[in-house]
Amino acid sequence: MMDGIDYLLMAIKVVVVVMAFVSLVPVLVWLERRASALMQDRLGPNRTHVFGFKAFGIIQAVADVAKLLLKEDFVPAKADRLLYAIGPFMVLVPAVVVPIAIPFADSIRLGAREFSFQAANVDGGLLFVFAIASLGVYGLILSGWSSNNKFSMLGAMRSSAQMVSYEISMGLAVVGVLMLFGTYQGVSSFELNHLIRAQGETISIFGLFTLPKWGVFVQPLGFLLFLAASYAETNRLPFDMPEDESALVAGYHTEYGGMKFAVFFMSEYVAMVTASCLVVALFFGGWQVPWAPTDVLRANAPLVARILLAGAGVAAVGTGLLFWHLVTNEIYAYGISPAIRRMTDPIKKIGSIGIGLAGLAMLAAAAFAVPTSMSAQAGQIVAAIAQLGAFVMKLGFFLFLYIWVRWTLPRFRYDQVMRLGWKVMLPLALVNILVTGFVGLAF
Amino acid sequence: MDHQTAHKLEPEGDAPRRPVRELTAGEAVYLVEAFKGLGVTFRHFIKNLFNRRELPTVSYPEEKRDYGERFRGRHVLNLREDGTTKCVACMMCATICPARCIEIVAEESPTPAIEKRPKSFVIDGLRCVMCGFCVDACPCDAIYMTGEYDFAEYAREDFLWDLTHLTRRPSLADAPRGYRPRIE
Ligand code: SF4
Ligand code: SF4
Repeated sequence: MMDGIDYLLMAIKVVVVVMAFVSLVPVLVWLERRASALMQDRLGPNRTHVFGFKAFGIIQAVADVAKLLLKEDFVPAKADRLLYAIGPFMVLVPAVVVPIAIPFADSIRLGAREFSFQAANVDGGLLFVFAIASLGVYGLILSGWSSNNKFSMLGAMRSSAQMVSYEISMGLAVVGVLMLFGTYQGVSSFELNHLIRAQGETISIFGLFTLPKWGVFVQPLGFLLFLAASYAETNRLPFDMPEDESALVAGYHTEYGGMKFAVFFMSEYVAMVTASCLVVALFFGGWQVPWAPTDVLRANAPLVARILLAGAGVAAVGTGLLFWHLVTNEIYAYGISPAIRRMTDPIKKIGSIGIGLAGLAMLAAAAFAVPTSMSAQAGQIVAAIAQLGAFVMKLGFFLFLYIWVRWTLPRFRYDQVMRLGWKVMLPLALVNILVTGFVGLAF
Repeated sequence: MDHQTAHKLEPEGDAPRRPVRELTAGEAVYLVEAFKGLGVTFRHFIKNLFNRRELPTVSYPEEKRDYGERFRGRHVLNLREDGTTKCVACMMCATICPARCIEIVAEESPTPAIEKRPKSFVIDGLRCVMCGFCVDACPCDAIYMTGEYDFAEYAREDFLWDLTHLTRRPSLADAPRGYRPRIE
């Protein structure tokens, strides 16, 4: 039974998760701009700073937001004003609601209370996720239609056709995963946590070595289909038909400017994070640390704590060295006036030394200060932190993949998108289900 | 093939089409090629991440590009030994200027050997197309162009370069000589 504290916890978790996802947006925008620049032999934005602090250029995102906030809130003549105004939010709301069903670590038991690292433990989480995510297309269609602009309209039509086509392959690609992981230890469930727990085992390859029993290894085709479909669902290249700027100006958001445009922009990135979370949860074992399911982690908590501390220490020392390199190197200070540099450079230097020393302290703690045995409760927390770390790393990889793919592959033509969706991915998804079924029967 | 025929355009309509190569089976599958593409971008990403300095980007204004020594930048009016301007207000430059951006008011020169001198000499920097005709037209080697290309101002009036600006602006001290630098 849920009591008051549970509801309070849930509310806090919802806020924390939504804030975390939304605050990933500037980081992703920064990553997108910087990574694309480096892939194209450019430098990327590196000038904006606040009192000499550039934060590697993340401040650029702040400047962008400030600019967008100051822009005119434009409404085209003869637009449907109400729908035009709520359009962006119809896109944003589904995008930020989906993350609450994503589990970030195995649930732990504190005293009598079970604490799950998931904002809302929705029964049939997978269905919930798909149901909500598919609502996003309404926002695109409404905003495209209500702007009274043919390019917006075309973008909206394209997006609806594309979303409908790819949702089918996406759903079918997941069926294979459900067939394999849906029933685990005698329980059948759609819950994401359940599916992830089922991926904790290992499979042995001809007795030579073992692989974690992740979706990607047992369902490689399903993984590719799901990944491609998730790119189409989030309107990212190579499937960004709805905003195909070389053909449609900017697609469904042609008429949007200022903060309304920013809301579209944000939703795209939040949807990207959510889609990556889903790929990780369904095909990359979610929060599973490879080869170490939850009970193994908990049993070896002191060792895990030691490894975690050492890893954090190395990362901190590295960050400190990197910061020092950035502060002492003239070229990274381009754009900052000498007066400001005289003021803030010492602060930055002290900061980087501090981070480095903290890293050393963590390394020392990893070597000497970790107790050799831990209470069950501490063990659970340590395991949860390790799983959180694993999840974040996997998520980071997929976010980078999104960006990487965008700056590598050219956009498909519209007829190619449709052909790929209906004539290639749909049959492949069906074949995948059949093969999974036959293999399941045979063994 | 001589120069002429090499550049002759094919008549429209029956222009030879570039042969379109059929995709090989591997290319048609797309995935392999997509992964190859990912490899290319990732190589660039890693290489540039650790060699920022080797990137072709010029970090203006800290780093500046070198232009040719005959670069046509902002004008300068040359001076004689005694510090008076070499310009004799003959209006040649104002006449040839295709942008009509030079405005000269002449007055009598105090030196008997020289007939006229400019009372005011204004070039509208926003209208100038940097063609260099004025430099070519000048019979007295009075007007040259410098290598200065980075002139930005806050107001339109500040682009009206007057006599003082053309002869004595501070940046002239180390401005590289531009068009016609070698003719003395
Ligand atoms: S450079 Fe050309 S356009 Fe400019 S002032 Fe001289 S003649 Fe006129
Ligand atoms: S052509 Fe030379 S001398 Fe004649 S007005 Fe122009 S700058 Fe003066």
